[in-house]
Amino acid sequence: MEPKQIYEILSGKFNGKIKQFVENTFPPSVIVEPDSVVDVCRFLKTEESMDFKSLICLSGVDLKEQGKMAVVYHLGSMNHKHKIAIKVELDRNNPHVQTVESVWPGANWYEREAYDLLGIIFDGHSDLRRILMPEDWEGHPMRKDYVYPKQYHTWDV
Amino acid sequence: MGVLEDKLPDNILFTNVDKFLNWSKKSSLWYMLFATACCGIELMQAGASRYDLDRFGAIFRASPRQSDLMIVAGTITHMMADRVKRLYEQMPSPKYVIAMGSCANTGGPFFKDSYSVLKGVDKIIPVDVYVPGCPPKPEALIEGIMKLQKKVMEEKNLVKK
Repeated sequence: MEPKQIYEILSGKFNGKIKQFVENTFPPSVIVEPDSVVDVCRFLKTEESMDFKSLICLSGVDLKEQGKMAVVYHLGSMNHKHKIAIKVELDRNNPHVQTVESVWPGANWYEREAYDLLGIIFDGHSDLRRILMPEDWEGHPMRKDYVYPKQYHTWDV
Repeated sequence: MGVLEDKLPDNILFTNVDKFLNWSKKSSLWYMLFATACCGIELMQAGASRYDLDRFGAIFRASPRQSDLMIVAGTITHMMADRVKRLYEQMPSPKYVIAMGSCANTGGPFFKDSYSVLKGVDKIIPVDVYVPGCPPKPEALIEGIMKLQKKVMEEKNLVKK
């Protein structure tokens, strides 16, 4: 199925929750309202003609210039050989989004990574701890306004 | 001397204590099985049959409590740094450290603006020999071990430090 078709089916089913279709990204992406991302994802996974069984990647993006944080879900289907990206845009000062762990269990670690590096809070996540940085690290290092600490434990960074 | 040597059997040699102790130390530099990145592959190569570190008396041990030498092979992150320090503290004296590869020496390709990588293992533990390279070839590591053996041979054991 072509990404444009997927977008049209989604905007027909989730009325008003699908904001925009962006064609010049790879794969073409659909911008979704944050509060309906779990429903959209579950629909994309379970619907026979979509069959997005695989969450290829989940990543956070800091859009500092626009005052936003974004979460991008790259989805792929092994059976239909099609791909699409779902994107949600969040408030940069208070980035909260529902976890998609209930749809793809593999989202667990991806969401921990996005939380660790960007500070995006995934509501309902079963185990939202840091995954790459030490547990007592301060701040989220991939944020564009992050200031590196001078020292960590006994050595200088 | 000649009189004494004539009275002793063939397998008795004369030396001094420092030399004897150092010789035994340098001939059994057991290194810890510890690798954190791609340098570890070269370390395995150096230990395997082609380069054969065993002929220098360096064999690997799986426990820090049985090792004399720590070869820091690979990138050390801040998360790992605490563990490296603890492993080093678990080793019995006399103990030595070889920093293998650019990452362990200075942070290597992660030196500028990396938030997670320790910029050189000498920030947390004392290092005896630095082996440059990214990663160093097994020959380079073997030269590092030979340099360390040379250093061990110059130690004074009976002098107060």
